[in-house]
Amino acid sequence: MMSSGFWSMGGYARFVWPCVGFTGAVLAWNLWAARRHFAAARTRSARALAMAASDGA
Amino acid sequence: MSVGAWSAFVLVLRRELCLSFRRPDQLIQPLMFFLIVTTLFPLGLSVQLSLLREMAPGVLWVAALLASLLSLDALFKSDAEDGTLEQLVLSGQGLYVIVLAKTLAHWLVSGAALVLVSPVVGTALAVPLSAFPTMMSSLGLGTLALSWLGAIGAGLTVGLKRGNVLISLIVLPLAMPLLIFGAGATDRAISGTSPVGALYLLAALCVLTCTLAPFAAAAALRITLE
Amino acid sequence: MWTWFYRLASPPYVYWVAAAATPWFLSLSVVAIGYGLIAGLVFAPPDYQQGDAFRIIYVHAPSAWLSMFAYTTMALAGGIALIWRIKIGHAVAAASAPIGASFTVAALVTGSLWGRPMWGTYWAWDPRLTSELILLFLYVGVMALRPAFEEPGRGDRAAALLSIVGVVNIPIIHYSVVWWNSLHQGATVARLGVPKMPGSMLWPLLSMLLGFMLFYGAVLCIRLRGEVLNRERQSAWVREAIKA
Repeated sequence: MMSSGFWSMGGYARFVWPCVGFTGAVLAWNLWAARRHFAAARTRSARALAMAASDGA
Repeated sequence: MSVGAWSAFVLVLRRELCLSFRRPDQLIQPLMFFLIVTTLFPLGLSVQLSLLREMAPGVLWVAALLASLLSLDALFKSDAEDGTLEQLVLSGQGLYVIVLAKTLAHWLVSGAALVLVSPVVGTALAVPLSAFPTMMSSLGLGTLALSWLGAIGAGLTVGLKRGNVLISLIVLPLAMPLLIFGAGATDRAISGTSPVGALYLLAALCVLTCTLAPFAAAAALRITLE
Repeated sequence: MWTWFYRLASPPYVYWVAAAATPWFLSLSVVAIGYGLIAGLVFAPPDYQQGDAFRIIYVHAPSAWLSMFAYTTMALAGGIALIWRIKIGHAVAAASAPIGASFTVAALVTGSLWGRPMWGTYWAWDPRLTSELILLFLYVGVMALRPAFEEPGRGDRAAALLSIVGVVNIPIIHYSVVWWNSLHQGATVARLGVPKMPGSMLWPLLSMLLGFMLFYGAVLCIRLRGEVLNRERQSAWVREAIKA
């Protein structure tokens, strides 16, 4: 591995790695939030359909 | 009896001005706000004249922006409440012309008033006399453009409950270029360099807004009213 | 011949296409981002002036690019929905907004961390940074306006109009480094002719750009399905769709 040179990023480690980390966190948040949004929409739809069905019955 | 576009424009303008002057307290409030806010900055930051002179452009502009925003909510609200707005939309006159007239009337009683009061505030903030023409013309152009931008925001938020905060949220980001060039022009005039470049850019922004914004504001009204 | 285009206006079709496309977008984006990160962080040579700090470009530039791309998509989709009344456009716009806003934050944060060692400051009120910040405010305004109306359709149309008005900021961001004396460096890639960067630095960057775009596609598809469900709750096709 590139060991010390890679992790220290020529001395700029405390700038480079937080950047990579923050962007990774943004990517992760996007996936998580989108999945949560979709799941919530599904439950709401299922509930609305169930209510409509019971109203009609 | 069919009314031409120019006559419609003049009619709406006169109506707006009449209605505004019937409620003088509503005219005074934004002015008082402007005066009070500009007083806050010297009290909060520093009373040293040289420092005041440096922050004068920014303070003037931010206060003018906020004071104009205060009165924007009322641009369409009272007409929307009593149904006049729908009548205007249905009237068959181009909504562009009606929005143009309403917004111009709004500027005449708010922005123009701010410009007239600005020498008083400028003196309080140690702005040199030589910078007054630039200060007033930049404020004039800027508040005019801001009225047009604000019409878009007002049109989008007509009838919303917490429309006031939303208008600011919508209009202020769009108004930032105005602030940058307007305050920049006044700043240059105070420090002695030529403000002409910034003023030209501000004028260009103003013309751009004045011609295009009424389309957007009219479209916004159609969306909120249909 | 144009049926594929017309079918895109149909919510159940879009729902199905988005579901099928998501794993493709996601896996391809992982590959592209993986290659870009490894090649960029490990194998690309350090910059002559900036040393290893330049490697921030591999997360900063794609984020900034995506922040503008998502906004343009949002405005375009909203405009299509507004003018031709193709309602799926509103769903695309609503799905794009939070994604774009998050990448605007990423661009601002990574840019700030890059600015500290390079320019000596975490922030400067220079034209590009300021217009990118204004972009964030524009996103917030659109996202705040949409739910403010009682009738959801009205909120969609108002948000579409607002995003179109704000789209004028996008060319300002892009050309700010050309029109003004800016601290921020000029365009690295989007120039006709030879790009300024050597290949070993450029290819990972292009790969990251592609990877982020593919990622945007994946997340957009997931959100889009949610938005379609929210708008079509009462429709008959939904009953079968959500069982799957």
